[in-house]
Amino acid sequence: MNIQIENLTKQYGYQKAVDNISFEVKPGEVLGFLGPNGAGKSTTMKMITGYLSIGEGDVRLGGKSVRDHSDDLKKHIGYLPENNPLYLDMPVIDYLEFCAALQGMTKSNIGKRVREMVSVCGLNAEKHKKIGELSKGYRQRVGLAQAMIHDPEILVLDEPTTGLDPNQIVEIRKLIRELGKAKTVVLSTHILPEVEATCDRILIINKGKIVADGTAENLRKQATGQEIIKVRIEDAGADEILHELRRMKSVDLVELVDKNLNRFEVQSASGQSSKREIFNLCVQKNWMLSELIPIETRLEDIFRNLTMK
Amino acid sequence: MNAVWTIAKKELQSYFDSLIAYILLVLFLGFSGFFTWLFGSDIFLVGQASLQSFFSIAYWTLFFFTPALTMRLLAEEKKTGTIELLLTKAVTDRQVVLGKFLSALVLVMIALFFTFPYVITLSKIGNLDAGEILCGYGGLVLMSAAYISVGLYASSITNNQIVAFLLSLSIGLFFHIIFEVLASNFTGFLAQLFTTLSLSNHFESMSRGVVDSRDIIYFGSVIFLGLFLSELSLTKRNLN
Repeated sequence: MNIQIENLTKQYGYQKAVDNISFEVKPGEVLGFLGPNGAGKSTTMKMITGYLSIGEGDVRLGGKSVRDHSDDLKKHIGYLPENNPLYLDMPVIDYLEFCAALQGMTKSNIGKRVREMVSVCGLNAEKHKKIGELSKGYRQRVGLAQAMIHDPEILVLDEPTTGLDPNQIVEIRKLIRELGKAKTVVLSTHILPEVEATCDRILIINKGKIVADGTAENLRKQATGQEIIKVRIEDAGADEILHELRRMKSVDLVELVDKNLNRFEVQSASGQSSKREIFNLCVQKNWMLSELIPIETRLEDIFRNLTMK
Repeated sequence: MNAVWTIAKKELQSYFDSLIAYILLVLFLGFSGFFTWLFGSDIFLVGQASLQSFFSIAYWTLFFFTPALTMRLLAEEKKTGTIELLLTKAVTDRQVVLGKFLSALVLVMIALFFTFPYVITLSKIGNLDAGEILCGYGGLVLMSAAYISVGLYASSITNNQIVAFLLSLSIGLFFHIIFEVLASNFTGFLAQLFTTLSLSNHFESMSRGVVDSRDIIYFGSVIFLGLFLSELSLTKRNLN
């Protein structure tokens, strides 16, 4: 089941929470939904899951519009809402059975499936406790378990790893990646390394609008345009090296970062790489090239660039 | 229908888990037992093999207990956000409302079931009018259903359980007594209107063993209106 979102708009009063966004997610794809707080991530997810009605535009799941078929489509969606609300006075097992029954599973399947989810989500030791007695990380696992209990084709996870410890985060990410092979997954987060670790595609949204869409590498390429490298050259004075570097054709800009250590930051002319020319220069002058580090634009910078405007 | 029952079962379970059910059962049976058999115009004072005194006591006890049952039903879910979880499952808003309604109604029926020994006791003392008893119980169930649907509506428009409790009590007060008082203060059309709106009139005729289609229609409309408005205010989340 794919998710198609067409010109989706949602207005709260005078404020547009989601402003004319369109994208598609295919089965086997994990889409990371990124954006600062209040960008419209949760609103979009609530419209996909049918909790909020659609303002303008449309959401289609497997070709069927959520507007008309919301009640049929709900059982194909697993949803983990923001802040992971749970019935704190219910025991874990009872809660999962309740969720499974609500999703229309037959009695004979429920028991088997609940046991399966309990072991997949590592809840075995806690399964008879009330949810209110569990720590935040375990509650998060219960939230994930209830979202996946009916083996849905679409998973919508609003900040799935908040409150987990680093080990759990790695496990959950692995789980999401595995699920993503067969299912359509949309997850929102503002932890940037998480998107890189789990998502095939990133969608950055700001003030209700999509500002970037693509894989992590694609976004980097778009953002950098020009290659930047850190260079350290020894056996000569900084000024002399600076002068030689500036004379090179493939170099656009050179900056002296550290005079004592002869460290430079070189920005190549657009579309070119200056690495070879720098190397040749050093060979020719008999200098020692002790560092040559390409600088990758970090996702954080892209994110900040796109969302601070 | 399955989903309605699943929700109702879960709510009933949480009534019993949280002790609300036990407290209400004990209070209800204590009050009605005390006033039916021991105090005031009790059965022995009246000297008739009739449950009339029980019905008039239950009329008041149930009036106060139903808001306590319904206040948390939707308000709590809205406050903790679990309503989002519930409504994104494969259930409709209507099924949620009906399930919650059913859970409170079943609990009231359990409470009424425990007063069945009264009937047995009374049948040993004198000749019971089975029709009257049945109608009286029917009236109590219908009245509770009406107040549950009012309480559910009150619970659906706020996040605060206390507000929901007070609101449903004050709406209920109109049906319970204020309309009747108003009716006696007016003449003509207004008197007619308030008499029709007053729940006590409809309940009284039922508890005397008279089943009139007008009473059934009256209770049916109050229940329907309460449930309809509750569903509407759940659906209204879209407008905020």
